[in-house]
Amino acid sequence: MKEKIYLYPIWVRIWHWLNALLFLLLVLTGLSMQYAAKDSLLFPFNVSVTVHNTCGIILVFNFLFFAFANRFTWNGKYYNIRWKRYGKELWRQIRFYSYGIFKKEPHPFPVTKKRKFNPLQQLSYVIAMYILIPLIIISGIGLLFPEITLNVLFGKSGIWLTDLFHQFLGFSLTIFWLIHLYFCTIGKTATSNFKSMIDGWH
Amino acid sequence: MKNNTVISILMLMGLFIAIHSAVGQDTLKDNKFKNAVENHKCFKCHGQKYYSYYNEWTEKKVIKRMNPFYVIDSVKFYTQNHCSFKCIDCHDADYETFPHDGMLQMEGMSTCLDCHEDDEKTAKYHMEGIYKEYKASVHFKKYGTVFSCWMCHDPHKYKVTARENEDISNVIIYDNEMCLSCHSNGTNNTILSDSASKNMVAAHDWLPNQKLHFQNVRCLDCHVKIQNDSMVNHDILPKKDAVKRCVDCHSKNTILSATLYKFQSKESRSKLGFLNATILNNSYVVGANRNHILNKASLIIFGLVIILLIIHGILRIIIK
Ligand code: HEC
Ligand code: HEC
Ligand code: HEC
Ligand code: HEC
Ligand code: HEC
Ligand code: HEC
Ligand code: HEC
Ligand code: HEM
Repeated sequence: MKEKIYLYPIWVRIWHWLNALLFLLLVLTGLSMQYAAKDSLLFPFNVSVTVHNTCGIILVFNFLFFAFANRFTWNGKYYNIRWKRYGKELWRQIRFYSYGIFKKEPHPFPVTKKRKFNPLQQLSYVIAMYILIPLIIISGIGLLFPEITLNVLFGKSGIWLTDLFHQFLGFSLTIFWLIHLYFCTIGKTATSNFKSMIDGWH
Repeated sequence: MKNNTVISILMLMGLFIAIHSAVGQDTLKDNKFKNAVENHKCFKCHGQKYYSYYNEWTEKKVIKRMNPFYVIDSVKFYTQNHCSFKCIDCHDADYETFPHDGMLQMEGMSTCLDCHEDDEKTAKYHMEGIYKEYKASVHFKKYGTVFSCWMCHDPHKYKVTARENEDISNVIIYDNEMCLSCHSNGTNNTILSDSASKNMVAAHDWLPNQKLHFQNVRCLDCHVKIQNDSMVNHDILPKKDAVKRCVDCHSKNTILSATLYKFQSKESRSKLGFLNATILNNSYVVGANRNHILNKASLIIFGLVIILLIIHGILRIIIK
């Protein structure tokens, strides 16, 4: 069709695949701790604890790298939501995914150098990267160093509440991840977005 | 001399008031201080770091340091199980004279069973069963009768705790201190063993968040075989048989229900059908606390999302 655009600089790709790998390991080890049983589910408990802690710590640094790089390169501006017309644009995108896509309508917001994400993508990435991930990091640190966590809150164990919150965030991110994976198949072909994330060209 | 007596009596009254207010009237045993005046004869020397006496040979008052191991905490003494005792119920009456007769060191002390065997008042403690368990413990096997019940149950301050205390963290601290009095204390340990006590932190370095664990589980929970007939099992196992598998605690059928939380009321346990009620109020144990409502809810949401995505995908394929 059109000529290709270079959308995913090398640091985004490295960050992204490291992030994806860590996330996968965190979900699997997290699940095997929560549903620990005598005949261990996936990993033995102590392996899960070690892997989960290690991946979590690496993820913190990876996230800081992402946040800094986004702050200081042009990639960050894709994450700035322009609120003025945002409501309408978002609605157009939702309508497209739930209706237009089956009518073979054209994408309402085709990928350009100026607009990498459609409004829905933008929203989900901002929520995942600037709300959920920071919160899961903070609650994770609270669990890693229980001495800094409140002992009792509203008569409940502080660690319990922190852990519940941590699990809730993990769950939300897993849901995000499922949707993310699926929507990445909506490209020129089902695999073209994945190729883009590997070689950088859209 | 007169002055001293007055001061002593005033101090004694002060002590009563202090303990009364600390313990609260309702938990006081009526006859707790039955022998307090009598015991004060001993406490005036054994109750503090310094003692004094009138030396009749030199005709001078002497002040000396008390051997710290012979100092007895009077507050703890009057809040323990045997609080209504006279010192000389257990010790020889000749201790009333000072200096104590050297031969008194040879006095044989009664064992728990001497008084409590077939004792109806303490039948619920299954003292005989405990004795049997104790004889199977590493301590007895290694040291025989040199090791005695008194070594853990300090005769001057042992108080039933696990059975009567609602707050689990107090129980954990109390019970662990019994073990740590030897196992992290060189002086106490060398009374039995040539080596100073092993470093407990190093011996348990396989356990992550060690401090958190030692505050939330008892030494006994890992070092004792689970049995259901007595409340506090006494057959401490050799180290190779100690609990090392994380999932023994961190799973739905956690052993903590048979050890640490055993004495928690049965009602609060059965309410939810599983341990959450009891454990949640004290500590959160990953893997053991599972909320079945949240479990179901998350499964349902997860399933719905997947179904939606699959439908969307199928429609995309069909319509293309
Ligand atoms: C005037 C001070 C004084 C009074 C009163 C006193 N003691 Fe002692 N007691 C000592 C001193 C000093 C020692 C350590 C020296 C020794 O072994 O004689 C000691 C040691 C002891 C020991 C340890 C003996 C051993 O070596 O195993 C016991 C048990 C004891 N006292 C019990 C009592 C009892 C019971 C009373 C009260 C009836 C009492 N004492 C009253 C000063 C006192
Ligand atoms: C329930 C029985 C009992 C009562 C009551 C009791 N003692 Fe003891 N006491 C013992 C036993 C048993 C030992 C030996 C402990 C051991 O061998 O570990 C002992 C040891 C001692 C020692 C030597 C210190 C030591 O650790 O070896 C002193 C001093 C002492 N008692 C003083 C007193 C005084 C003072 C009182 C009263 C306030 C008193 N005891 C009340 C049972 C008792
Ligand atoms: C000299 C006899 C004697 C010895 C030795 C003795 N006890 Fe006791 N014990 C008693 C008496 C008597 C009572 C009842 C006290 C009361 O009712 O005030 C009692 C009370 C108790 C209680 C509290 C019962 C309750 O429900 O309040 C416990 C627990 C206990 N003893 C355990 C032990 C243990 C453990 C040992 C050994 C380490 C021991 N006793 C050694 C005589 C003894
Ligand atoms: C290695 C240390 C150790 C030794 C040795 C030991 N105990 Fe205990 N015992 C404990 C601990 C810890 C508890 C729990 C205390 C608590 O929280 O009430 C306990 C509790 C008890 C209780 C109260 C149980 C209940 O149902 O509440 C009795 C009774 C008792 N022990 C008797 C004995 C007798 C009798 C012996 C000697 C044959 C003995 N113990 C030796 C550590 C020991
Ligand atoms: C009076 C001191 C004393 C007390 C109190 C005591 N221990 Fe010990 N314990 C020893 C000694 C001494 C050894 C032998 C150490 C050695 O062999 O070097 C030992 C050994 C052990 C061992 C190791 C056995 C092995 O296989 O090597 C364990 C486990 C143990 N104790 C647990 C406990 C627990 C749990 C408690 C508390 C309920 C406790 N101990 C209370 C003195 C004590
Ligand atoms: C989570 C379970 C757990 C708890 C809690 C625990 N231990 Fe252990 N402990 C073990 C295991 C497992 C070993 C054997 C370690 C090994 O194989 O190297 C051990 C070893 C020991 C040894 C033998 C050390 C040696 O190398 O000779 C002693 C003594 C001991 N523990 C005492 C204690 C005391 C005291 C406490 C309470 C403060 C305690 N333990 C709490 C599981 C536990
Ligand atoms: C005797 C039971 C027991 C054993 C065995 C045990 N734990 Fe624990 N563990 C606990 C308890 C109880 C807590 C909860 C403390 C709290 O949060 O109040 C805990 C907490 C933890 C935590 C902190 C969890 C959080 O919420 O941040 C970790 C991590 C952990 N355990 C890992 C392990 C590993 C790994 C092992 C095996 C090597 C292990 N535990 C063995 C009882 C146990
Ligand atoms: C195996 C797992 C994953 C795969 C296969 C995957 C795939 C992709 C693909 C193909 C893209 C490019 C398309 C686009 O820009 O929308 C992308 C971008 C993105 N992904 Fe993922 N992803 C995975 C996991 C994750 C996870 C776990 C997160 C965050 C928690 C995440 C966050 C993002 C973000 C923020 C972008 C945009 C990056 C940018 O261009 O600035 N991804 N992903």
